[in-house]
Amino acid sequence: MEDSSKKALLVLGCPEVPIQMALALYAGHNLIQSGYAVLTAGNPSVMKLIKTSDPDSHYLKKLTTLEQSIEGITDRNDTYDICICFAHNDAGISYAATIRYLLPDTRFITLVFGREADTLSTRIEYPGEVITEIAVHNPIPIRRRLQEVMGWDALKS
Amino acid sequence: MGCIEELTYDILAKGLSFPESRQFIEKHYDETYQIKPGTKLFGDPLIGIPPIVIGIEGDMIIFPFVKPCHGTFLLRIQGLEEAERIRQTGNRVTDKKK
Repeated sequence: MEDSSKKALLVLGCPEVPIQMALALYAGHNLIQSGYAVLTAGNPSVMKLIKTSDPDSHYLKKLTTLEQSIEGITDRNDTYDICICFAHNDAGISYAATIRYLLPDTRFITLVFGREADTLSTRIEYPGEVITEIAVHNPIPIRRRLQEVMGWDALKS
Repeated sequence: MGCIEELTYDILAKGLSFPESRQFIEKHYDETYQIKPGTKLFGDPLIGIPPIVIGIEGDMIIFPFVKPCHGTFLLRIQGLEEAERIRQTGNRVTDKKK
């Protein structure tokens, strides 16, 4: 189902908020179903969580570090059709802003979650779609909104 | 691990938001430059909300260093070669004493 002509980048933040991992696996699954080749970037803790949660790489097949994903864009001109950034703290917004700056022509979605989601989302000044939900343990409301934005609810019906 | 973490550095401040780190540099340093996100500094891409502001004091470079789980640190690292490179390629924003 994967079509290498369509590329997606998932950028994960600090993994301390539980819903991030669930949403990342969910997004990876649906992007693959939609024909995207998906690259997932995160820090070493994120990588360990993914490899433990998805040991056969069913949902997130290709992993890289945050630095390497950025260097891929700046040094090798990597391009993506869509990028989804996960942010629940100030650092997450900084990473998202960096990648948005480097990928001005990419469809760009920022998922803002955690207890401070509303405050955090006011700091986003770059163009793109923003989904904000005060969510820590329950992924369902933000998942529904991601489904709507991505049209994934239609895939299921 | 990036190159920066393998260097000798001073932590001037930590736990800042990114805008606070920019304000700190603008307030405390006379020689400042705007740098584009993703620009390499000591071998690592700079992370941050543009414009990223870094300061130079002699051969010391003061810049924000973002860690996903620990927020923004303000680091100071000695590097004459990097300082000269930034002086030549960066967008200088001020050269006046505050």
